[in-house]
Amino acid sequence: MAKITVDTQNCKGCLLCVAACPRGLIKKDERLNKKGFNPVKCVDAAQCSGCCLCAVICPDCCIEVYKENT
Amino acid sequence: MEKIYSRPRSLRENPTHYCPGCGHGIAHKLVAQVVDELDIREKVIAIAPVGCAVIAYDYWDFDCSEAAHGRALAVATAIKRLRPENVVFTYQGDGDLAAIGTNETIHAANRGENLTVIFINNAVYGMTGGQMAPTTLLGQKTATTPRGRVAQEGLPLKISELLAGLGGVKYVERVSMHAPAEVLKAKRALTQAFQNQIDGVGFSLVEILSPCPTYWGKSPQKSAEWIRDVMIKEFPLGRIK
Ligand code: SF4
Repeated sequence: MAKITVDTQNCKGCLLCVAACPRGLIKKDERLNKKGFNPVKCVDAAQCSGCCLCAVICPDCCIEVYKENT
Repeated sequence: MEKIYSRPRSLRENPTHYCPGCGHGIAHKLVAQVVDELDIREKVIAIAPVGCAVIAYDYWDFDCSEAAHGRALAVATAIKRLRPENVVFTYQGDGDLAAIGTNETIHAANRGENLTVIFINNAVYGMTGGQMAPTTLLGQKTATTPRGRVAQEGLPLKISELLAGLGGVKYVERVSMHAPAEVLKAKRALTQAFQNQIDGVGFSLVEILSPCPTYWGKSPQKSAEWIRDVMIKEFPLGRIK
């Protein structure tokens, strides 16, 4: 079990995480944030492996990753 | 669930002024992570450049100084010589380190100052409006090379290879920000460059190929692909020295 959280108000919508996610779980949100950018969202949290690749490439530190301690 | 990835302690909460997809944000984060992991936050002193990263001190939560354009390594030399117990690094773009500051860069390297240099190569002047930099590729369109750079305007300056030829230089590696795996390699190189200074090894430089989507006229993802497919042919990745 793993999940990500996105700081949608500070996300600039660069979408680098969309390309980085090996499972294609991150998509652009059609709603704008207060800065006028389309932030991203995780569309299928159940599939997240907690690999952190989206967070690694994020230039704005908007993604936090959580993983079940096994 | 346990949090396994979040903002490093040495990176303030302030949102950056960088354009969407700019490599500076990734590079700042890596520096902050390395400072945290080496536990040198109370010892580190950064020298910020002139360029898009001019207010890097608003983002890092450790001591920073500003330098006049290109003079970061002169300021760093003074600080390190007066306070050898501190870990001193410069963070400079190509316009700063490889154009206006070439003189300071070459002489600091040749003196073998025990410093860490983080060199952001995005092949363009960002802050001033996307003009040609010494590192601009042949054929690359910029504000001052609207038809693409030609050889008469100089070949892309390989400052890392040039510096590697100097005896005072101990470590040079070129890394890139174009994919997560490359970002992780970049972090290892930065760790090495800081560890070298702590161990007294000497002048260590990490060149980071970094996207400037705004002045490359490309989306962040296309910019990453341009680094992968075009830029690393001119600036090959890996250990140079
Ligand atoms: S102009 Fe280029 S280098 Fe400067 S902040 Fe924007 S993307 Fe980054």
